[in-house]
Amino acid sequence: MTRHVVATVEEIPPGSRKIVEVGGREIGVFNLAGEFFAIANRCPHEGASLCKGRIVGLVEADEPGSYRFSRKDELVRCPWHGWEFDIRTGKSWCDPRRTKVKSYDIKLEDGDVLAETKLRAETFPVSVEKRYVVIEL
Amino acid sequence: MSVTELDRARSAQSNLRIIDCDIHPAMTAWTEVHPFLARRWIDHLQVYGSHLRHAFSEALTHPRMSPDAARVDAYPDEGGPPGSSLALMRQQHLDPNGVDHGILIPLRWNPGSQRNLEFGVALTQAMNTWQVERWVRQEPRLRASVLIAQEDAAGSVAEIEARAGDPNFVQVLVLPRTDEPLGRRRYWPIFAAAEQAGLPIAVHVGGTNGHPSTGGGWPSYYMEEHHAVAESMQAIVSSLVFEGVFERFPKLRIVIMEGGLGWIPSLSARMDKHWAKLRSEVPHLKRRPSDYVREHIWFTTQPMEEPESAAHLTELFERIGWDRLLFSTDYPHWDFDDPRYAFRAPLTPAQRDQILFGNAQKFYGLD
Repeated sequence: MTRHVVATVEEIPPGSRKIVEVGGREIGVFNLAGEFFAIANRCPHEGASLCKGRIVGLVEADEPGSYRFSRKDELVRCPWHGWEFDIRTGKSWCDPRRTKVKSYDIKLEDGDVLAETKLRAETFPVSVEKRYVVIEL
Repeated sequence: MSVTELDRARSAQSNLRIIDCDIHPAMTAWTEVHPFLARRWIDHLQVYGSHLRHAFSEALTHPRMSPDAARVDAYPDEGGPPGSSLALMRQQHLDPNGVDHGILIPLRWNPGSQRNLEFGVALTQAMNTWQVERWVRQEPRLRASVLIAQEDAAGSVAEIEARAGDPNFVQVLVLPRTDEPLGRRRYWPIFAAAEQAGLPIAVHVGGTNGHPSTGGGWPSYYMEEHHAVAESMQAIVSSLVFEGVFERFPKLRIVIMEGGLGWIPSLSARMDKHWAKLRSEVPHLKRRPSDYVREHIWFTTQPMEEPESAAHLTELFERIGWDRLLFSTDYPHWDFDDPRYAFRAPLTPAQRDQILFGNAQKFYGLD
């Protein structure tokens, strides 16, 4: 298990995402109202760049013309066929038991802690004043 | 329980060799067609506009799954709708997916469904020249389709004859929602001209003829409309067979585009069953209906069927005929098929190459 520093916390404000490359894999890092989650940027259906899709909520209906909206901005909708995935778990909304997109553990670390553990981002220098998004892979 | 999870590192470049039989080019602005239209028709457009056989003429019959029916990642940075940028088409599709040849299927303006027939014919002429000037001359991998306004058979024949022998064009294009079922005699001059020109006729989903899109009337939802395209293709196939089109035009080749695949064996079997008992009604048919289908009709693959069992898919291909399947992506539309992942069945390299490349190469006579 290697830890990779992929972004500063301020780079990904709430409601936004950043697509990073770690070990040859593209991974989407999402900030859901202050909580960070990471999923692979590959739709398990046909391989589209899933994390470039719209961030959406959950719409449910028991009958035509009556809709419930919940979980605002917690799902990502594939830009091709519209399959929706839970950003927190990677699970497909329509087929959660059998279909999921790979999700990754994320930690937020202070720059001074990272400096002590000699963990370095490959693409940018770590500064002790900032907080960082770290993916374990 | 297997969990579908695609997490392989992806190479930027596909190793496959493909011919994509269904690419939709778009116009950055609708006025792009003006240079190819006579002054009269530019004025006509500005004063009277485009009128199809449904209300809200510039709208689609149902709102699509995605705006512009397009992949969300296919909007060009420089503006314009998906499919309007050749640079993006190259960067996003032709180059990484290893497209050797792409066949253009322009849907804008819907000339075959224009109520003003003369205007429809003028639009086909303009759109055909537009395809060559804007796309094929800029990108040698692309080929054009001869659009026709099929309700004007004479105008259609003239346009087919005008494009016959031009290597930029590989087929004639008709949308299946015609005024009458496509096998009816009013369309026979078109088949004669296509056969004479050696051009197959592509039937790609679409068109508006004012009839409800299902046999049971107008559907409520886009999902129903999306399924109704398969019904419209079944109507086309049975009409072509039972009207005797393939007896009258023995060299005619048809390619059904984007109409699904699962129904083909069952329709063929059902037609054969009825023909066995009721053939006296159609004495002009000399062979089983399924023989005409097997010999004269090809099918593009997108949107790929996704049965639970991989064996069902290979069995389906077996029953349709491995040599009758032509790969297509539908770029840049939302239900795009990726050549690497669309076929959820263990195909041999030879079968894969046949569907992705060989069949279309032979069918269209491409290098």
